[in-house]
Amino acid sequence: MDRLRRTVVAALGAALLKPWAVLAAWNKEAFGAKTAPEALKGIGAVGAAPSKDIVIDVPQIAENGAVVPVEITSNIPGTKSLSVLVDKNPFPLVAKFDFMEGALPFVKVNVKMGETSDVRVIAEAGGKHYVATKEVKVTIGGCGG
Amino acid sequence: MAAGPMKMRASVNGGVTDIRVLMTHPMETGQRKDQDGKLVPMHFIQNVTVKLNGKTVVESQISQGVSRNPVFSFRVKGGARGDKVEVSWVDNQGESNRTETAIA
Repeated sequence: MDRLRRTVVAALGAALLKPWAVLAAWNKEAFGAKTAPEALKGIGAVGAAPSKDIVIDVPQIAENGAVVPVEITSNIPGTKSLSVLVDKNPFPLVAKFDFMEGALPFVKVNVKMGETSDVRVIAEAGGKHYVATKEVKVTIGGCGG
Repeated sequence: MAAGPMKMRASVNGGVTDIRVLMTHPMETGQRKDQDGKLVPMHFIQNVTVKLNGKTVVESQISQGVSRNPVFSFRVKGGARGDKVEVSWVDNQGESNRTETAIA
């Protein structure tokens, strides 16, 4: 019984000491946001400064919205994270990548797009947020599946 | 469709390790209807973690907006042939999977 109590106390203590660990698991608020401004608020990126050092490689026209390749690179020194939003999707925030231990601020991922929309990328560096956008025209939407 | 196997390739070129990983997963949005007109429940990967020699290098949170059978590319500075790369995921229904490979 004592051992059980110690385990429970230790687990509770760990949870209290590391609230960020719980938050980092999955940002329900940001991913559940139904508009881009709300999602930006959810990841703390309101008022991000436009930057030409974020490179977004997307097709100009996507014939199939179910699979739109997005390749992003940040040339902003000290970039710690990159987030991808599709402004007009039902839930705009698609992904957030945190880079550590030598990982380069680069990622390639396929996303779904329901309709023609801006693809918005947020980079976080030195405690500040930067943003770049690029429009993708979608011929057939891909949010039904 | 249930979650299935993963495939991964990692190679080092000019001091940078390229990691390419494929996951088999339906990534259901919760908005699609099945043949009987019933909504298919949300089922999607939420977390993807990349480790190099046991150290976490990329931690990602993703949504149902990522395409079915997700494919990711990541780049890590350093890494040598034979080093171990591990990628794991967890979805919103608690399912998970992992794969590892040696850098070629």
